[in-house]
Amino acid sequence: MPTLQLAELVEKKQIKPDIYKYSIQVPEIVKTAKPGNFIEIRITEGTDPFLRRPISIYQLIPEKAILEFIFQVKGKGTEKLSQKQVGDKIDVLGPLGFGTFKTEGKQKLAIIGGGIGIFPLYELAKEAKAEGKEVYTYLGFRNKDFVMLEEEFKQVSTNLTITTDDGSYQEKGFAINYLEKELTEKGIEAIYACGPLPMLKAVQNLAKEKSIDCQISLEERMGCGIGACLGCAVKTAKSPKEAPEYWHVCKAGPVFKAQDVEI
Amino acid sequence: MNTKINLAGIEMKNPVTVASGTFGYGREFDQFFDLSKLGGIITKGTSLKPKSGNKPPRVCETASGMLNSIGLQNPGVEYFAQNDLPFLRKFDTAIIVNACGSSIEEYVELCKILNTLDIDGVELNLSCPNVKEGCMAFGNSYEGVKKVASEVRKVLDKPLIVKLTPNVTDIASIAKAVEDAGADGVSLINTLLGMKIDIEKRKPVLANNTGGLSGPAIKPVAVRMVYQVAQAVNIPILGMGGITSGEDAIEFMMAGATAVSIGAGNFMDPYTSIHTIEGIENYLSKHQIKNVDEIVGTVEMN
Repeated sequence: MPTLQLAELVEKKQIKPDIYKYSIQVPEIVKTAKPGNFIEIRITEGTDPFLRRPISIYQLIPEKAILEFIFQVKGKGTEKLSQKQVGDKIDVLGPLGFGTFKTEGKQKLAIIGGGIGIFPLYELAKEAKAEGKEVYTYLGFRNKDFVMLEEEFKQVSTNLTITTDDGSYQEKGFAINYLEKELTEKGIEAIYACGPLPMLKAVQNLAKEKSIDCQISLEERMGCGIGACLGCAVKTAKSPKEAPEYWHVCKAGPVFKAQDVEI
Repeated sequence: MNTKINLAGIEMKNPVTVASGTFGYGREFDQFFDLSKLGGIITKGTSLKPKSGNKPPRVCETASGMLNSIGLQNPGVEYFAQNDLPFLRKFDTAIIVNACGSSIEEYVELCKILNTLDIDGVELNLSCPNVKEGCMAFGNSYEGVKKVASEVRKVLDKPLIVKLTPNVTDIASIAKAVEDAGADGVSLINTLLGMKIDIEKRKPVLANNTGGLSGPAIKPVAVRMVYQVAQAVNIPILGMGGITSGEDAIEFMMAGATAVSIGAGNFMDPYTSIHTIEGIENYLSKHQIKNVDEIVGTVEMN
C-alpha cells in the first residue's frame, strides 16, 4: 500500500553530467516495495511544477531503510530535484504500481535494458541473484560516454554483456542481438526488459517468436500515479483498433506481460 | 463551529467535495484517508455504456496546472451500480454521480437509471471538452443546456446539478439556462480548452491535440465566473477550478459558491482535500465564524 513520506536525502551522487543517484530514508516504502515499483516525487511545496514526477526505484536497502533512485535531468522538474542537497526533505509517494517483475518458478533469467531504462532492472537482478537464480544481463548504450553502472550490474549478474551502438565500448550493436544469440544456449526461461520503445518492441517480438515469458516495464505521461486520473493509458494487445481497451501504466503496470500490451 | 452545508438539497458535513475525473470511484484515495471525512464525492464521469477513452498521451503538465484529454474512459453505469456504488456507500459522505452522454436520449436514459440508484444527486456533465459528441456541444449555448437539463429534469427526482464549461462568452446566461430548466444547482468550472506543442516534434503533446486545462493556473478565471454566476442565478453553486488549500476554497465561497470541489489538486497531493477541510476550519476559528455558510457570497466589490 502506498504512503506519503517526507524523506531525508542522505546521499547524493552525480553519476553522469545530467544523471544523479539519490539515497533517501523511507522506512515504510522500503518495507513493501518490490522490483518494478516506482515512486512519485513532489518537486516543490508550491504549485509549479504542479504534477509529481514518476521515478523508478533503483535499489532497496532494507537494513538501512534506504531507497535509491536514479534520474536524468530532463526538464524543470528534474532540474529542481537535482538541486536538492543532502539533509533536504523530499516528498515521496510510494511504492506505486501493481504490476511488478515476477520471477517465481524461473531459474534462468535474461535482463535487458537500454540507456536510462536500466535503472529499474537493478533491484530485480539483485534479488534474483540473491535467490540463487542465474541472471544474464544485457545493457545497451549509445556510445562509450553513456555507459554507466557497469560494476554495479556485474555484481548482481551471472554474466553481464555491455553493448554500444557504435562499438566504442565493449560489444558493438544492440543488446538484443546478443540476447538473441545466447537465448537458447543459456536456456533462458524469462526475459525482463526496460528501455527505449524500439528495444521493447524488438524484445516483445523475440519473446513471441521463441515463446518465452517476457515482462516489460513501460512509461507514459502520468497525472496522479495512483490510478485515479486514467492519464497513462496503454492499449491492450487483444482489443481491436476500432474498440481499443486501455489499461494504465501506474496501476496495471508499470510492468506488463509483453504479450498483453500493444506498444 | 458548524461546517455543515446544504447544496441543492444535498446535506454535507462540510463544503469540500472531490471533482469528477480526479478521484475515480474513490478506491485509490481510500488507501490514504477515511473518505467519510469528505463532504461529498463526485464520481468519475459515467455514461450509459462503457467508454474506452482517448489515445495516449492523455495528460501533460503546464505552468501551475495540466492538460488532460482522457475522453471519459469509464466502465458504464451498470458496472458502476454493481461494483463501485456499494463500495462508495460504505462511507458517510454524499455520493454524486457525474453523468455524461453523447445525445439527449442517452442523457435521459442514463438519468432514468441513476434515479433508481442509492445516490445523493447527479452532476450533469455538459462540459467535457475532450469528446467529439455531446457534452460541451450542448453546454455552450443557452438553448442546448436548457434542452438537455429540462429533459433530464423530467426523469430525475434526485437533486440535479449541471456542470458548466468555461469555454463560452457569457457564463451567466448558460447558468440561467440551468435555473430555467428547473435544476437544483450549478457547478463550475470544467476545464478550459488548451493546447501544448512539443517544439522538437512540431506536434501537440496530447494525441487528441487539445485538452482541458486545470490546476491553480485557472483559479482566477474560475473565481470570476463563480462570482458572475452567483449574481445571475438563485440556485446554489458548486465552485471549482485550481483549489489546493482552505484559502482557495474560502475565496470561491466568498465569490458565491455554497460548496467546492478539489480537482487536479488531488494529483499534486492525495491529501489536498483533507488539507482544504482543515484550512477552512482554521479560517473559521481564526475569524470566529460560527457557520461556514455565513461566508457564502460575502465578497464586497470595490
